[in-house]
Amino acid sequence: MDLVLTQIFNGLQYGLLIFLAASGLTLVLGIMGVINLSHGSFYMLGAYLSLTLTSLTGDIFLSLALGIPIAFLFGAAIEWLFIRHLYARDHLQQVLLTFGLILVFNELQRMIWGTFPHSVPIPSYLSGSVKIFGLMSYPVYRIAVAGLCILLALAMMFVIQRTKIGRMIRAGESNREMVEVLGIDTRLLFRFVFAAGVSLAAAGGIIAAPIESVYPGIGESVLITSLVVVVIGGIGSVRGAFVGALLIGLADAFGKVYLPQFASVVVYALMAAVLVTRPGGLFGRA
Amino acid sequence: MTAPVLAAEKINTYYGHSHILRGVDFRVMPRETVSLLGRNGMGKTTLLRSLVGLVKPRTGHVIFNGADITGNRPSFIARAGLAFIPEDRGIFPNLTVIENLTFAARPGRGTRPDWTLERIYSLFPRLAERRTHWGNELSGGEQKMLSIGRALMTNPDIILFDEATEGLAPKVRDEIWATLRQVAATGIAAVVVDKNLDDLLALAERHVVMAKGEIVFDGTTQVLKADEALIHRHLGV
Ligand SMILES: Nc1ncnc2c1ncn2[C@@H]1O[C@H](COP(=O)(O)OP(=O)(O)OP(=O)(O)O)[C@@H](O)[C@H]1O
Ligand SMILES: [Mg+2]
Repeated sequence: MDLVLTQIFNGLQYGLLIFLAASGLTLVLGIMGVINLSHGSFYMLGAYLSLTLTSLTGDIFLSLALGIPIAFLFGAAIEWLFIRHLYARDHLQQVLLTFGLILVFNELQRMIWGTFPHSVPIPSYLSGSVKIFGLMSYPVYRIAVAGLCILLALAMMFVIQRTKIGRMIRAGESNREMVEVLGIDTRLLFRFVFAAGVSLAAAGGIIAAPIESVYPGIGESVLITSLVVVVIGGIGSVRGAFVGALLIGLADAFGKVYLPQFASVVVYALMAAVLVTRPGGLFGRA
Repeated sequence: MTAPVLAAEKINTYYGHSHILRGVDFRVMPRETVSLLGRNGMGKTTLLRSLVGLVKPRTGHVIFNGADITGNRPSFIARAGLAFIPEDRGIFPNLTVIENLTFAARPGRGTRPDWTLERIYSLFPRLAERRTHWGNELSGGEQKMLSIGRALMTNPDIILFDEATEGLAPKVRDEIWATLRQVAATGIAAVVVDKNLDDLLALAERHVVMAKGEIVFDGTTQVLKADEALIHRHLGV
């Protein structure tokens, strides 16, 4: 029983982290029509920022507070330098350029931080475990990570549903030409969306670092899993990404325990099942 | 002599290699409603898209309120006071009626009282009833009304309206024409494209007819009505 419970917790917590990466990926694809293969690199950026900033400041949450604006500026710069040239181009060109960016980011990572894996300390006030439902003990830090992800997810939903910029984001998903014709400079809107997506992925990398350890290529599995989540949830749907990420997290956690020999395919089997029943994804419009 | 609110000066617009607009001169005076006519594929939509910045004329100039806006971004041109309602209405399906209306609401330049939600709702009571519905839950006629309301909420100096009543039931058409009269009476200039000659003759004082990317007629209702050959040749009636 407490194995099941532990796997549920692990699955949800992993799913929530994946959501942070997948939400930006789905918005960039839904609004700007860009397939961004380098999105996992921003998760990696977060993990290494976590390493450096935590060694400087001594606290993971200070690193998060500093890392998010750094990632935002970095994302805005990458959009301006590279991504904006892809909006009018086809998917092949998008995939080529953003794959090239992965190689560049990996090389930069090696030059700056080296290839040695590192670990980031869990803050002392969140170390240890608590007993949950009197059944199992679970690390406090992982619970804090899940809580933080939920807060970020709620904040994002609030922004998208209730604010002016959120209205622009939703409108951009259905008709970006009309957004521009109504007087909104879509260059700035797209830069904001991209940079916000980068910050969210980086935030995931930052808070996950004390759980996972930090190593080269840490973003690659995140990218693949996020792409699966985007497909399952429906392109452009943040709500879909949320549900999809939790499903994937649970499937992954239970797959590892109960079908270890098929662990790596469970996630794709889930994607296939969704595509067969709902080709546009769970919350897609297709 | 007053200056036009909007003018195209000898514009040539291309789609790729196809030369679509061929040296078009076009102007709209303040407060004026102009109808834009012509058979299918003659370049009416392309002219409107060139005026709002969605396509850039290769040569020639677009002047709006005295400023050269050729090649500016559509968002810049929109904020300068030019509103465009495309043929497909461009309603955001995943925004509610209120959200569509307030999406781009901004104050005008103070020459006329600003449009508010209340004024839009009294112009279109139907929109008030449906204010919390999603854009894609509206009928075609309601979407047209919403697209007009949304354009008005930007408090423009001029509205370019492509295919104003296409695909609407006769009753709804009459409603749209009546509204456009009310809007014109507030002093907003307008360019209206439609297929229905009689309705346009009743709406506008000046009419511009396009054929193969050129302007073949520019004159008053009286002159156009009298020119049966031109009507037959270019408007197919
Ligand atoms: N995106 C495009 N690419 C290439 N050619 C185009 C494009 N849009 C329009 N055209 C061509 O430009 C010409 C003018 O088209 P336009 O849509 O401006 O005509 P229109 O007068 O608005 O016609 P309609 O009454 O059917 O709306 C047509 O020959 C059309 O085929
Ligand atoms: Mg047309």
